[in-house]
Amino acid sequence: MNVMFCGFGGQGIVLAGVILGKAAVFDGLNAAQAASYGSEARGSACRSEVIISKGQIVYPHIERADILGVMSQQGYDLFQEKLKEDGILFYDDSIVQVKDEVPFEQVGIPATELAIKEFDKRIVANIIFLGAVVGRTEIVSMEALEKAVRDNVPEKFLEVNLRALEIGLKMG
Amino acid sequence: MKYTTETIPSALKPGDYFMMGDEASAEGAVAAGCRFFAGYPITPTSELMVHIVKRFEEVGGKFIQMEDEIGSVGAMVGASWAGGKVMTATSGPGLSLMMENIGYAAMTETPMVIVDIQRAGPSTGQATRPGSGDILQVKYGSHGDYEIIALSPWSVQEMYDLTIEAFNLAEAYRAPVFLLADEGVGHLRENFTVKGEVEVYHRPKAKGLPPFDTGDEDMIPPMPAFGEGEKLLITGSTHDEWGYRKTQVSAVHDRLVKRLVNKIRVNAGKIHRWEAHFIEDIEYLVVAYGISARAALKTVMDLRKEGIKIGLWRPITIWPFPEEALKEAAEGVKAVIVPEMNHGQLVREVERHLSVPVHPIAQVDGEIMRPETIDIRYLILDI
Amino acid sequence: MNHPLEKYLRMEVFPSPFCSGCGHGILLSAVLRAIDGLGYSMDDMLFVSGIGCAAWIPSPHFAADTLHTTHGRAVAFATGAKLQNPNLKVMVISGDGDIAAIGGNHLIHAARRNIDLTVICANNSVYGMTGGQLAPTTPLECFTSTSPSGNTEPPFDLCKLVEGAGAGYVARFTVAHIHMLIKSIKAALEYEGFSFIEAVSPCPTQFGRMNAVPSPVDLINMLKKDFVSMAKYNKMPLEERGSLKPIGEFVKPDVRKSKAG
Ligand code: SF4
Repeated sequence: MNVMFCGFGGQGIVLAGVILGKAAVFDGLNAAQAASYGSEARGSACRSEVIISKGQIVYPHIERADILGVMSQQGYDLFQEKLKEDGILFYDDSIVQVKDEVPFEQVGIPATELAIKEFDKRIVANIIFLGAVVGRTEIVSMEALEKAVRDNVPEKFLEVNLRALEIGLKMG
Repeated sequence: MKYTTETIPSALKPGDYFMMGDEASAEGAVAAGCRFFAGYPITPTSELMVHIVKRFEEVGGKFIQMEDEIGSVGAMVGASWAGGKVMTATSGPGLSLMMENIGYAAMTETPMVIVDIQRAGPSTGQATRPGSGDILQVKYGSHGDYEIIALSPWSVQEMYDLTIEAFNLAEAYRAPVFLLADEGVGHLRENFTVKGEVEVYHRPKAKGLPPFDTGDEDMIPPMPAFGEGEKLLITGSTHDEWGYRKTQVSAVHDRLVKRLVNKIRVNAGKIHRWEAHFIEDIEYLVVAYGISARAALKTVMDLRKEGIKIGLWRPITIWPFPEEALKEAAEGVKAVIVPEMNHGQLVREVERHLSVPVHPIAQVDGEIMRPETIDIRYLILDI
Repeated sequence: MNHPLEKYLRMEVFPSPFCSGCGHGILLSAVLRAIDGLGYSMDDMLFVSGIGCAAWIPSPHFAADTLHTTHGRAVAFATGAKLQNPNLKVMVISGDGDIAAIGGNHLIHAARRNIDLTVICANNSVYGMTGGQLAPTTPLECFTSTSPSGNTEPPFDLCKLVEGAGAGYVARFTVAHIHMLIKSIKAALEYEGFSFIEAVSPCPTQFGRMNAVPSPVDLINMLKKDFVSMAKYNKMPLEERGSLKPIGEFVKPDVRKSKAG
């Protein structure tokens, strides 16, 4: 299962991939996650790839994705060609405008909008988004995902993130 | 003189972990008993330093962020002779600065581990992008003749395992050992398994014996530490078995340089590690290492589905190069293909040992080696 | 009768390689007399040096652990050894070119860290071993093989440099002021932190010859004339100071503390 997240630096795109990969390992699967971003830590295009597999992962980069999650318009425009025809595209509908004429399914998630409305924290949009993707596709178990969030989020922000995750999971 | 071995419980709880390659290497160092790290920040390697600082705070270790990479290796030499298992981590631009004292470490037979997470060069190049342009530099980068050991990991698991091995080899052969990784593996996150116990080597020790040549067949002299009353004389100048400078004596220089080179060469058989995939009854052989080998394995598997008889041979030890194993793997093939994220470095070594046609594939665009780069169908039609 | 300092030396390496009249022989004995006076055991000492004539003061002469490193890097090597084994008493002895030119960066950072090392910089204002080239300590207008018409670059004041970088003990003495120098080396060794001594040591072979003072005796007399006590120097009107330089302990542990407080 190949999952690709795209967005801007600072949105927590890489972290979403890391949490998903870790959750897969908690489920007893193999996982590989690789990120690519501009040399500035914030504000530029960034991408996080996750491969989840029962068997050995030979090449740890994605050629075609089964799931594409985009949280930026540029991510949508640039990377939709990487999505398999029977894949699913998730997009943050508070940020991304999608085209109608595409072969794959498109699912809008108001992640950023909800993050601001519910928590006044744009930064948790990634967790809502990730929750929705997993809620819909069940690529990892809910328990593993929650454990992975606990593992990767500082104590101080844990509660907010767990609530964000719950909102996402329900939406998916 | 032979090193001693010890089996110790692993520093991490045994089990499966999901970490970045840089971090797994830091874990390997801690597991191998490294408790001294001197370094300088650099992309794409800083994550290793940040992780080892955190772990040293838990397990007790000495960390110093030096003023530059020259100083880092200098401090490592001092700490190694003070009895520590020492490490640094860098990338191309830092490696270039380190070369001065790496030569010193080779000359004074100082065990140390240098992790090089290669990025696209030359010069500052592409800081965040992978490359493997340091293959020849790690071996030939400092002036004069000496041998080092370099290991090439292709997975996060190997970032952990080979770091442990790098420490063991450094202790066993009293030489600088490189974990010669690339950004593709250094920044990759994967699951890896930590076993309950780790076998670690300790440098040979003896009182009252010359620390720079005992005349032993294995050519590895014992290494006392500062403060043990051995009145050590350590110098990067030509020296006799006790460390006395003999810069004007041809025979001493000749014996020293030959031993520095030969202590690795005669033991090469014990150091060599490689891996072969699908090499029975093949017509074509891909030779690849690091992250490129994973792209190569993908290509090989795809081409084999199409009936092309092709296999992969992966040197894990880059230096000393496992030429005998390569010759065996390439026995009777029509051609050998060497994809690299540089403009053709290890391919020279491959060519040197084989008499079949060897085709380099250079991918120097700062991207991770792509399987399609290695798609050699065009080549097969040509041959 | 054996010389009282013999037990600190590897007698088999003598005579020393220094030119006759070189100040480094005096500095060598000053270091050992300080260690002797403090009653330190050579087994607890580590001497680190770089490249150049002064780097040969400890290596191979001293019967202790010695680390003769690459050019300019002695302080970095010493830092690693001290950090790994804090029980070692670590002293760096090297020249001005080694410590202040190529090794300047390591020097100021070690001073900033105030790591427990004693650095003795044997300052002869020139590169002796390589043939008398210009050093960052060569006084203005002096002749060297790479400043044949006289030096136009102002030299470093090493003591001010190291003080500015944060060293806890900073002093300058010359080999012509041997008792003060020995006392200073003792104080530096006893200080737990970064201590620095600029030990002015003449080089008759390169510096003396090129600057028309080839006689060692003249050079020593010159040191006595050119270097005045800090107290005297500070009281002098500026116009009288001319090319005179102060000697003394510029930073002492208690002084620094009171400054910081
Ligand atoms: S060249 Fe100068 S510094 Fe070197 S040994 Fe001779 S007199 Fe001393």
